[in-house]
Amino acid sequence: MSIKYRIAIIWAVMAVTMLAPIAMAADAGAVAADEGRYSGFFSFIALGAVVGLGLAAGGGGIGMGNAVSGAVNAMARNPGFYGRIFTNMLIGLALIESLVIYTLVVVLLLLYANPFL
Amino acid sequence: MIPNGMQNALEMIVWELAQFVDSILGKDGRKFFPFIGALAFFILCANLIGLIPGCVPPTANVNTNIAMAIMVFIVYQAVGFSRHGLGYIKHFMGPVWWMVPLMFPIEIISHLARPLTLAVRLFGNIKGEELVILVLGFLIPLILPMPMIAFAIFTSILQTLVFILLSLVYIAGALEEAH
Repeated sequence: MSIKYRIAIIWAVMAVTMLAPIAMAADAGAVAADEGRYSGFFSFIALGAVVGLGLAAGGGGIGMGNAVSGAVNAMARNPGFYGRIFTNMLIGLALIESLVIYTLVVVLLLLYANPFL
Repeated sequence: MIPNGMQNALEMIVWELAQFVDSILGKDGRKFFPFIGALAFFILCANLIGLIPGCVPPTANVNTNIAMAIMVFIVYQAVGFSRHGLGYIKHFMGPVWWMVPLMFPIEIISHLARPLTLAVRLFGNIKGEELVILVLGFLIPLILPMPMIAFAIFTSILQTLVFILLSLVYIAGALEEAH
């Protein structure tokens, strides 16, 4: 048996060992007791909540970075208008942040006031 | 009779608020100042009450925010109809006459989304910071929430500013002539 053949066998055994718990967890989740919020598909709700909030926070961060970058550039070019630029920047940041907050509200609705459970 | 102390501070706040309302609504905006001022003081105090340990802010309940947002919606639609009569419908048409079947549903939906976004923005912000203060206070009581409480003072004031600014912008949009 050459060395490459043995390495291939070790890789195959490791892959099967590591992927097995995922299949077993999915199977166990399906047969869990379903009453109230502990029903079987709650794990998917939790997963969707975290992924959705992460994406919303990422997009919101990019948007806010653009807003602050434009505001700081304007303040550097025109130091006399510092107060007005700062006020408009705060208002813009609050409006961009509200888009992320909408996602948070949907997540809170799914986790605590879910109409389907 | 020179005012001093608390009266001086309140007069300054009311004067600044009147300047702010005038700068957005123009010269005939002074009659909306009591409504906007009452909203501003109510939302500011309601948000700041949540920073006292053990108190729950009223704006953390979604019903308070929906009531205020529906009131703003009713006020600016009534202003539009009383100023322009039935010509207020022209605000919902687009800039040219042949885009009306496309623009009319879009404008209706965007007008219906305004009270919803006003309410959900305020509710999400205040409820979110209350939840963070609760969770941090559960880990290490009274010490760990301190930075979050300091940040929450700032966001409470900012959220009242955004709420009344958007209300003023909607009223100004209903008062102006349609294009």
